[in-house]
Amino acid sequence: MKLILTEEQQFLKDTAQSFARDKTPVTHFREMRDSENSQCWDQSVWKEMVELGWSGILVPEKFGGSEFGMAGISVIMQELGKTLTPSPILSTSVLGVSAINMLGSDEQKENYLPKIVAGELTTALAIDEGNHHDPFAIEATAVLDGDEWVLNGKKVFVVDGASADTVLLVARTSGKSGESNGISVFAANNDSPGLNITKIATADSRNYANIEMSDLKLDQNALLGEQDLAGETLERILDLGRIAISAEMLGNTEEAFEVTVNYLKERKQFGVQIGSFQALQHRAAKMFCEIELTKSAVIAAMHAADENSNELERLASLAKFQAGETLHLVSNEAIQMHGGIGVTDEYDIGFYLKRARVAEQIFGTSEFHQARYADISGF
Amino acid sequence: MEHLEHFRQEVRDWLEENCPPSMRTPLVPEEEVWGGRNAEYVNPESKLWLERMGNKGWTAPNLPKEYGGGGLDRDQTKVLHQELYRIKARPALNSFGIWMLAPCIIEFGSEEQKREHLPKIIKGEIRWCQGYSEPGSGSDLASLSTKAEDMGDHYLVNGQKVWTSYADKADWIFALVRTGPKEPKHNGISFLLIDMATEGVSTKPITLISGKSPFCETFFDNVKAPKENLVGVENSGWTIAKKLLQHERNFISNFGLAGGGTGSGADVVNIAKKYLGEANGQIANQAHRENITLHKMKEHAFGLTLQRSGDEGAKASAASSMFKYYGTEHNKDRYELMIAAMGNKGLGWTNEGFSDDEQAITKAWLRTKANSIEGGTSEVQLNVISRRVLDLPN
Repeated sequence: MKLILTEEQQFLKDTAQSFARDKTPVTHFREMRDSENSQCWDQSVWKEMVELGWSGILVPEKFGGSEFGMAGISVIMQELGKTLTPSPILSTSVLGVSAINMLGSDEQKENYLPKIVAGELTTALAIDEGNHHDPFAIEATAVLDGDEWVLNGKKVFVVDGASADTVLLVARTSGKSGESNGISVFAANNDSPGLNITKIATADSRNYANIEMSDLKLDQNALLGEQDLAGETLERILDLGRIAISAEMLGNTEEAFEVTVNYLKERKQFGVQIGSFQALQHRAAKMFCEIELTKSAVIAAMHAADENSNELERLASLAKFQAGETLHLVSNEAIQMHGGIGVTDEYDIGFYLKRARVAEQIFGTSEFHQARYADISGF
Repeated sequence: MEHLEHFRQEVRDWLEENCPPSMRTPLVPEEEVWGGRNAEYVNPESKLWLERMGNKGWTAPNLPKEYGGGGLDRDQTKVLHQELYRIKARPALNSFGIWMLAPCIIEFGSEEQKREHLPKIIKGEIRWCQGYSEPGSGSDLASLSTKAEDMGDHYLVNGQKVWTSYADKADWIFALVRTGPKEPKHNGISFLLIDMATEGVSTKPITLISGKSPFCETFFDNVKAPKENLVGVENSGWTIAKKLLQHERNFISNFGLAGGGTGSGADVVNIAKKYLGEANGQIANQAHRENITLHKMKEHAFGLTLQRSGDEGAKASAASSMFKYYGTEHNKDRYELMIAAMGNKGLGWTNEGFSDDEQAITKAWLRTKANSIEGGTSEVQLNVISRRVLDLPN
């Protein structure tokens, strides 16, 4: 496994970089935030991404996708992360596609994947139920009643849940909370009776929802894959999501750092550029080192996913941990080094701090992944 | 590719025939080979192994054949290393000459110097040491004051060097000397090769907080160095000095990976399980376990970064400062975690109450404190990153 990009991946990255710079600079995010648009991303921008093929990067060719893999979609997310571009790419093109492709039957794939590729359908994966990410702590239930599944329970902090056409609901069909066995995944239309979706307003001004299922009735086709057996595959789907969001967080970090270093070169106090002060230089140099480590962890994890490496779990946790720690550090230092203007709403750097803390929570904080890494490694 | 596989078979056959059996067993410190005029070989097979590898030029596989090197390209060198690793061959030769000096002679030396020095370095016949730091010139190396006066056919050298590793065992020294006392400090330095057997050269070992060390002080008292031993142009030695430091930093940065650099090779997780106990196969104490996990994750990411740098084909550059900084700080952290996990067993000094392994870890912990000082302090590395990578103003 070489820790570099292929020509194809580099091309995707360059394309995404131009796209983010030209179509979705940070001003685009600001407009979204200040608009009445409750889904928090722009339909016309998403349509352009779909036209570039980004909705189908992980979709098999026979369903209309390009199969450019996790490396392909990760480098796109990294570039979109630089300008805080809001889009359903994580919830739909990574999580939705992976869940349907890895769990679903051919018929289900045929039903969903071409629509996702065409930009006609967005999805959300509803898994967490508590204040912290805990993929097996599932108490929501699904019970077979005649030829119908009946689901009850709640889901929280569902990424893009407020606008998704199809919600993928993780529920327990047997066993008890904390067990990997007994977990199943169901696909439900957002307008299904008994499915109550409530948008929540988060600091990063993106799209999240809490979901209540009260006697939500779904037909048998709604079950993705086999009853009780989704736990292990779900972990893998989540790992792909973790790698993708790590790449986005790396992009957030790179941009916040670059903006900050440029500010150190411009801002003058005491008659000199503040970047000439060693107290700031050494902190900047340490951030540079952590960003280099993050790049390595992310590229190793995305290649591991594409090569089906048995190191995937460990590398996904390493990537999410390192991306989270580094973004945490850089988003804080970026504010401090900008001084007064750093804490004004008028200036963009605060957006990165708000996005950082939310992204750190998604699919497990650094603490979560530190514990997981230790367990996998046998420490 | 086919050509490479053919080469691999050649290497495999040659090693099979020429690598003596005991050279495929784990290295014991007394049998480490550094070569030189006065080399002593506890194990005669290590001498044989050096001679065979040296004659083949494979002690310096990527140096040109005409100067005694292996003449191998990048891919062939990689194959050779893979094959040596495969049979767990010991290094035939440790050499500051190969690691630091040879690349600079190739780049800056005269044809005569290449022909005179490179074959002897590669065969391990001459052992070199490095004369850079002085008592008054540490981080501010360019302020060095050992002076070399132009006496017509030779330089007259007077002054003192410090932290010259193995100066008491070396045959020659590559030294930075001041030839232009009136020039601005960076523009008055020259890179001079001096035979340690010359009259007026003397050395004195330095004892560290960790005990005995290879470090010495080296004194020059009216030492005559022939002018043909100047590398490059007079007063332009600083360029060579900086280049050589990059080679040195790249070498030291491997300290960050478990088992590399100064240390005992002990694994912090195994140590923690042994001294803190295990609960369900885990390090029994949660606080220690968390600290160690953080450390191991950083190590993993750092190892991937070294690998990425290799895959990108990055040459010695400002990035070497990052590796030097991160690797050495990480190595210090490893030994702090190790002795913390060992409790009072991590603080032994002699064999009264402590095993050999325990003492080795305590000594290694103390020795690591020098890692972030030698070869340019951590603070100097951070300065280099700030200025040369981030382009922050002076």
